[in-house]
Amino acid sequence: MALSDEQVKNLELQATAVRQSILEMLVAAGSGHTAGPLGMADIFTALYFHVLHHDPKNPTWENRDRLILSNGHIVPVRYAAMAHAGYFPVEELLTLRKFKSRLQGHPERHALPGLENTSGPLGSGISQASGVALGLRLDESKLAFPKPHVYCCISDGELNEGNSWEAIMFAGKNRLANLTVITDRNNIQIDGMTEDVMPLEPLADKWKAFNWHVIEIDGHNFTEIINSINQAKAITEKPTVIIAHTIPGKGIPEIEFDYKWHGVPPTREQADVWLKQLRTLQGKIESGHGE
Amino acid sequence: MINETFNLKSTDQKATRDGFGLGLVAAGKNDERIVVLSADLKESTRVEAFAKEFPQRFFEIGVAEQNLATVAAGLATYGKIPFITSYATFSPGRNWEQIRTTACINDVPVKVIGCHAGLTVGPDGATHQALEDIAIMRVLPNMTVIVPCDSNEAYKATLALAQTNKPAYLRLGREKTAVITTDATPFEIGKAIIAMDTDTHDVGIIACGSGVYLALLAAQELGSEGINATVINLHTIKPIDREAIIAIAKSAGAIVTVEEHQIAGGMGSAVAEVIVEEHPVPMEFVGVRDSFGQSGTPSELMNFYNINVAAIKIAVQDVLKRKG
Repeated sequence: MALSDEQVKNLELQATAVRQSILEMLVAAGSGHTAGPLGMADIFTALYFHVLHHDPKNPTWENRDRLILSNGHIVPVRYAAMAHAGYFPVEELLTLRKFKSRLQGHPERHALPGLENTSGPLGSGISQASGVALGLRLDESKLAFPKPHVYCCISDGELNEGNSWEAIMFAGKNRLANLTVITDRNNIQIDGMTEDVMPLEPLADKWKAFNWHVIEIDGHNFTEIINSINQAKAITEKPTVIIAHTIPGKGIPEIEFDYKWHGVPPTREQADVWLKQLRTLQGKIESGHGE
Repeated sequence: MINETFNLKSTDQKATRDGFGLGLVAAGKNDERIVVLSADLKESTRVEAFAKEFPQRFFEIGVAEQNLATVAAGLATYGKIPFITSYATFSPGRNWEQIRTTACINDVPVKVIGCHAGLTVGPDGATHQALEDIAIMRVLPNMTVIVPCDSNEAYKATLALAQTNKPAYLRLGREKTAVITTDATPFEIGKAIIAMDTDTHDVGIIACGSGVYLALLAAQELGSEGINATVINLHTIKPIDREAIIAIAKSAGAIVTVEEHQIAGGMGSAVAEVIVEEHPVPMEFVGVRDSFGQSGTPSELMNFYNINVAAIKIAVQDVLKRKG
């Protein structure tokens, strides 16, 4: 079902709140990644506030959808979305990367209820998600309807890893239709542009050749995000990858598209300026004049 | 005297991988959460019987050890108990980081089965002779490490590992070796077995895997030469049986360790960590000394790299000289 204007507006507002939290978290932490979390804020908002069957008060609910995060370094966006969705108090976000915090610099499954996996070293998420999807398929007859679906968010840079392609081959072979991978196609990695560091194109053709259904979307358009996920769930013959074209640093014009913002946090002064810009954007969305 | 549940006179020869294969089918019957994944080595890692018995619970991964470990981690995170099989140089050799992150930090019950470990894989040569696997697995928090001394013990270890909710490494050999334990020999993870005891203790020989049989043969010969050697089968390297090690250090005052593995980081090193901290006594190590293997028959290689009865006896003589 298509999103109503009201739904789109609410998701845009939510995503803006998530972006504000990300900036606050990174300033408080004094280290961390800025570009990726901001770029994926719309997709994580769509997942936590529209797509996932989940219960923030019961994070181990057997019938929940599973969200596996492969590129663990963008976890601030997941923490922010989880806090706003009610998994834990929003104030706790400011403990990111601090000693004894549940919000470890890279996600640790045991640290915080609601995280499905430990990640950080790249390229292992699709396989972990494939394992979960396989486990769910083995137990399919025992699970209530709607059957849990597995989502896996990956970066484009980590498609350099051999482990990624081993997993893509495996999921294709096993026709894991209960698995949907969302690739953050933001074209940057630490050392520069993906096509300079290690070219990935023609990326869609590569996935197709491995027996995946491929959808390409604008990763900042909620209607496209939701429609692509609905389509992915309707495909029962094979796994689906959604190649989401995103803008690293999205929402902060000063840093958008700049790969140098992969692994550094903003200063307090920078964040104050950017938070003001986000509040202005929030006002525009509320009055119906958003992007 | 030899532990009454051991049988040194047995003429039965079986590979530890065979005991594992039988144990896996039994474990699969007991618990439907058991699943098996293999990296294109179904037959030689002895999971074919499981695959035939439980085709729905067997997954062929292909030659992709990193995927082997991480798909298993996903299955284990979901609630299954996956056993993953390959040769030890490939798994846990090639996929160490994946095991560290997705099995050990995740703390999920992925059971890594490293076959064809040690020198005794023979003619395949250095690339296929895993001599570092104990070291790289025992250093990982949450990991259990077991090196069975024969096929019976491998069978029991497999059943025991199937019942724990922790990641584990089981080290297996290719060659048939003497079956020296019996159905009556106890097996408990983390509990060393005194395989040969003596009235008075001159030296303690602590061994694992193929080293246990060699240690028992050496101890018998030493006994006839008037040296009382106690032999401990330290099948579990981690969690290590500190009490058993401290007890033999105190009563014998000298220790020799025997393993088909690098001395650096191996079982002997693990024993030394306990001894040094708790009750320092002279120690000698029998194992591979910072070198790779080469092609040859198992016995040629074990003799060349000084892992045999003669080497154990020399190590005992050396440690007794230092006992003071």
